[in-house]
Amino acid sequence: MFTVTSAIIEVENLTKRYGDVQALRGVSFAVQEGEVFGLLGPNGAGKTSTVEILEGLRPADGGRVSVCGLDPQTSGDAFKQKIGAVLQSTALPDKIRVEEALNVFASFYTHHRDTAGLLKRFGLEEKRRAYYSQLSGGQKQRLALAMSLVNDPSVIFLDEPTAGLDPQVRREIYDIVEELKKERKTILLTTHYIEEAERLCDHVAIVDQGLVIAQGTPRELKQGSAGTARIELRLARPEPDGALAKLDGVADCLASDGVYILHSTRVPQTIVSLVKHLEAEGNELSGLEITAPTLEDVFLELTGRRLRD
Amino acid sequence: MKHAWTLTKIRMRLAVRNRAFIFFSMILPLALVFLFLGAIGRGRIAAAPYLLASVLALTIMGSFWGLSVQLVTFREQGILRRFRVAPVGAGAMLASSILSNYLMTLPTVILEFIIAREIFDLRSWGNIIGIILLVTLGTVTFAALGLIIASVTNTMQETQIINQILWWGFLGLSGATLPLPMLPGWLQTLAAFQPATYLVTGLERVMVAHVSVLAIAPELLSLALCAGVAFAISQQLFRWEPGATVPRSAKLWAATAVIPFLLLGVWESTHGQMRAGARQDYLSFEQPAVTNPQR
Repeated sequence: MFTVTSAIIEVENLTKRYGDVQALRGVSFAVQEGEVFGLLGPNGAGKTSTVEILEGLRPADGGRVSVCGLDPQTSGDAFKQKIGAVLQSTALPDKIRVEEALNVFASFYTHHRDTAGLLKRFGLEEKRRAYYSQLSGGQKQRLALAMSLVNDPSVIFLDEPTAGLDPQVRREIYDIVEELKKERKTILLTTHYIEEAERLCDHVAIVDQGLVIAQGTPRELKQGSAGTARIELRLARPEPDGALAKLDGVADCLASDGVYILHSTRVPQTIVSLVKHLEAEGNELSGLEITAPTLEDVFLELTGRRLRD
Repeated sequence: MKHAWTLTKIRMRLAVRNRAFIFFSMILPLALVFLFLGAIGRGRIAAAPYLLASVLALTIMGSFWGLSVQLVTFREQGILRRFRVAPVGAGAMLASSILSNYLMTLPTVILEFIIAREIFDLRSWGNIIGIILLVTLGTVTFAALGLIIASVTNTMQETQIINQILWWGFLGLSGATLPLPMLPGWLQTLAAFQPATYLVTGLERVMVAHVSVLAIAPELLSLALCAGVAFAISQQLFRWEPGATVPRSAKLWAATAVIPFLLLGVWESTHGQMRAGARQDYLSFEQPAVTNPQR
């Protein structure tokens, strides 16, 4: 048995300029139906511009986009009936009640979900009579998510859904996205949080300076990078400069405050070689930590910068 | 149309929860009834219709201020862009602004009449049909002007500056505060080129002289034209995004909303009866004091 999948979002060679700033320089990717696709990149990389073009909020200067087979710029209400969106910078009137907001937006769609059910699902039942201004940041974001689902959309855009939220609220949002994932909703998510992309996304496109510089599953991206696992060592005695860099599989070695950080492409060989070396030198390990490469390492390797630089 | 009505209902609810709205759109206009009919009119029954016409006009003219500020606030806070990703058009958004404003202005207007009648002995309603038409068209016109201001300004600061300029122009030149016949001749001529004057003199005509609807046809027509043009332009210039700036050419488009009043001003200066009518109505205000004997 096999499943035929098709791209529900297609982006080809997308360009966008704001005055002197070239925000997008030919972004291309495709999102399959039912997957969570992440755009990962630092602030100003072009993630929001891409998503807002896909939501129909901004026109592109060049390239082609298609969502559910429709052009967001020209398909009008037919397009809007099919999408849900959590925008990055948006708000509701201070004095609108939670249930009013949900009901008003539900009334705009030809088909909509039961709003009482959505309030319950998003833990807003007790707050249904509260004004928007009385909600916490997390509650506002949960309301935004509930509103994005009110029309039972085929595609959901989540633009930095957890930005500025505390870790606990962030985890709540992750749980909600994971539930949606189980429902086979197609989600396009932008983020600059590594944990978010690795935990939630089936596929990730790493965006930097208006270009997609790598894309694949989180595992593929990490394996496709030089496979550089990070090995952190503490030794009984200092090692001479460059000695550890010669160990098997070591790509580079950094020493700082008595801590040696090795990046290895072949961890088992490096460890064996390290043990032999220390025995020969009469030195001893006082600490060892091995961490797998993260998407942060992939980004660092591709751009020479950290995601939050 | 369904979306416009949904938005109208929610905007009315939001308005009554807003203290500033309650004060400026309900309490202040009612206080003006006491100020104008009580303090300025000193209880003279004959002056009541004339002064009430001014209060009604001020109530209606205030629409433009509230609507422009609300729309710019919604845009600056990113509220409009949330509506933009839903199947809601600019037309529904703007129509709901005008309709909710109209429905929220009506109770104040009715209360003003009741206070004038019960406390200041307003003896005649005047030409009711004419009053309804002028209140309706006036509210729609000034609301539409507010939408244009929101469309052509990029920040709240700009909006407030334009609002101040227009508001003082409307107050000083329309006859709503200083009776038109008291102004110098050249200012009376200038007053004929702005919408507020036609609203004030139209209301004075139907409330003081009880003239027919036909007699205020030029006023009604100019207000209707201005409302139509202003609505069409504000729909064209409507911006959902906080960062979207308006091009200079758009500001010129916005200026076309005043064309009906430029034409009417020219016509009024050569053939019109507005100034003569305003003088005639003003005489009622100048009549010797007749106060309620029971008072």
